[in-house]
Amino acid sequence: MNMKELKKRLTDVFRDVFDDDSIVIDENTTADDIDDWDSIEHITLIGAVEEEFGMRFKMGEVSGMNNVGEMMKIIAERGK
Amino acid sequence: MKELEYPFDSGYIMKKKKSLRRQLTLDTEGFQKKRIAVLGGSTTADIVKVLELFLLDNGIEPEFYESEYGQYRQDALFPNSELDRFKPDIIYIHTSFRNLSFRPTPRMSAQQIEEGLENETDGLRQIWDSLKERFGCPVIQNNFELPPYRLLGNTDAWDRRGAVNFVTRLNMRIYEEIEKRDGLYLNDINWLSADYGLEKWTAPEYWYMYKYCLNIDAIPVLAFNIATIIKAIFGRNKKALALDLDNTLWGGIVGDDGVEALAIGQETAEAMGFYQWQEYVKSLKDIGVLLTVCSKNEEENAIAGLEHPEGVLRPDDFTVIKANWLPKSQNIIETAAEINILPEAIVLADDNPAERDIVRAEGIVAPDIGEVNDYIRVIDRSGFFEPVGLSEDDLRRSEMYRENALRKQAQSKYQSYEDYLAAMDMKAEIGPFPAVYIQRLSQLANKSNQFNVTTRRYTPSEMESVAQSPDYITLYGKLADKFGDNGVVSEVIGRVEGETLHIDLWLMSCRVLKRDMEFAMLDELVRACRERGISCVIGYYYPTAKNKMVRELFGTFGFDKISEDEEGNAVWKLDIKDYVNKNHVIAVNA
Repeated sequence: MNMKELKKRLTDVFRDVFDDDSIVIDENTTADDIDDWDSIEHITLIGAVEEEFGMRFKMGEVSGMNNVGEMMKIIAERGK
Repeated sequence: MKELEYPFDSGYIMKKKKSLRRQLTLDTEGFQKKRIAVLGGSTTADIVKVLELFLLDNGIEPEFYESEYGQYRQDALFPNSELDRFKPDIIYIHTSFRNLSFRPTPRMSAQQIEEGLENETDGLRQIWDSLKERFGCPVIQNNFELPPYRLLGNTDAWDRRGAVNFVTRLNMRIYEEIEKRDGLYLNDINWLSADYGLEKWTAPEYWYMYKYCLNIDAIPVLAFNIATIIKAIFGRNKKALALDLDNTLWGGIVGDDGVEALAIGQETAEAMGFYQWQEYVKSLKDIGVLLTVCSKNEEENAIAGLEHPEGVLRPDDFTVIKANWLPKSQNIIETAAEINILPEAIVLADDNPAERDIVRAEGIVAPDIGEVNDYIRVIDRSGFFEPVGLSEDDLRRSEMYRENALRKQAQSKYQSYEDYLAAMDMKAEIGPFPAVYIQRLSQLANKSNQFNVTTRRYTPSEMESVAQSPDYITLYGKLADKFGDNGVVSEVIGRVEGETLHIDLWLMSCRVLKRDMEFAMLDELVRACRERGISCVIGYYYPTAKNKMVRELFGTFGFDKISEDEEGNAVWKLDIKDYVNKNHVIAVNA
């Protein structure tokens, strides 16, 4: 999967979860950049990303991701 | 909303819950507003969000109180001003295996384990007692799911030292308590988790990371089940199942293939599928569901199919049979009118997706029932008819509606309607609410929409306190006639203020419309007022989308309208000094 396609699919997940079609993400995006991204929505987001890419994050990864770039790196390694 | 009907896509609901909520809250006019307290033993934030979606889809607009993480016991047992101010209409206690304070180990003695079981049960009893005393509202309680592992392997199930055995016995204790108590309802997560797959139901990492006792995809499954119970408690169950015939109740097309060629019975796999489904449909009558036929067919062919010797259902199992070539939406609306229920209280089971789409456009529920081997599962798990306490009336409902059909036939034999009523040999029993009918009275108050002037809802405990208070006059009415007993069909609640009685509730079941039962109730009410020195009765009419039939009720009673606002909310007044009894056809308390 190339990074462009990954980013497009991930953007769609963000837009679904936060119900906002104007969301644009890049490697540096963090929870501070998206209004509704709180700890509860983080759980929903992780679940939705896992479903979209047919993979599971490890427990340490879920709490250790600092920005969208780190999430994309994990998806690129294990996602489908 | 299709996305929220069984079988739903859990992943989709979790991902799109914000957008679904936006769509569902666009127009909530006419929704029942309910305050729901969720007392959790684990994180409940997502459960509440998804529960809200399913409730909105059932016409209930919830407002939530959520306990702080894991504080279900503290919130239940100790004063909490926020929860007290919130005044819940219903409380849901979300506990799981993770919340057990006691678990048996192989080293424990039988006595230690029995004490543990007793303490665990007692902890729950205290919670229910305290909530009943403080709030008196319905409480929904989870039972416990089976443990995620078995130290004793298969022995875990039968040996008292096993956790499987412990959970099973604790659940039995919970059921015994529910049987004894009013207003306590079970959310059966033990069955849900088994049905969903215990391994998928909980994932340890979700507990470690988020303190979720469920896997994220199981949240909609849980929330759907809770919403099913809540909507049933608040009287929003469906009442009738309308059935298509060809390829729905039997395989094949009776008009083309002939009765002999239909697949029903024990001969082929397909025939057995339809036979089992017919058995299931017939058993729905036992929980008070009305069955009707809605089929594009010649009526004689429809009847011939229903008389198939290998079939289970018979023509007289159906309250109404519509077999013709009119649009199904029209047939369903007419069926609803004939049995005095609302069209949206009917579910259509039809194998044809095009027919389902057409009736859905009219706001009637028509689930995607799949193939014959799916029919039972889809209808059963959809929870349309969730019984919350089966009453005698539920068991007799089908019979009563059939008796009504006979009454309509008898009507045509008389010169005038008065003659007909007089020949009905009607006998009523009218009096203050007795304890034995509290459940039925609350059930009736929660589901009566049409002949209901104020549409006020009462839980069984509210009903009970009104019945016992000296500040209220209450009247229930039962009506029997030569065709059978209609059971409890009417109830009135009046609040006494000095020499004035304010009517808080006046309702009647539509199955006894036009029988002068409302006049018999009024006569008795006036009599009760006179006994207590009351001189004036004030009636209130609050319009809803469904209660137009009683807009002029107080007018026909001889009340004067003293005010009416732009929305149609009206206040009526009756001076009872010169009141003369209005009922001449029903023998009351004879």
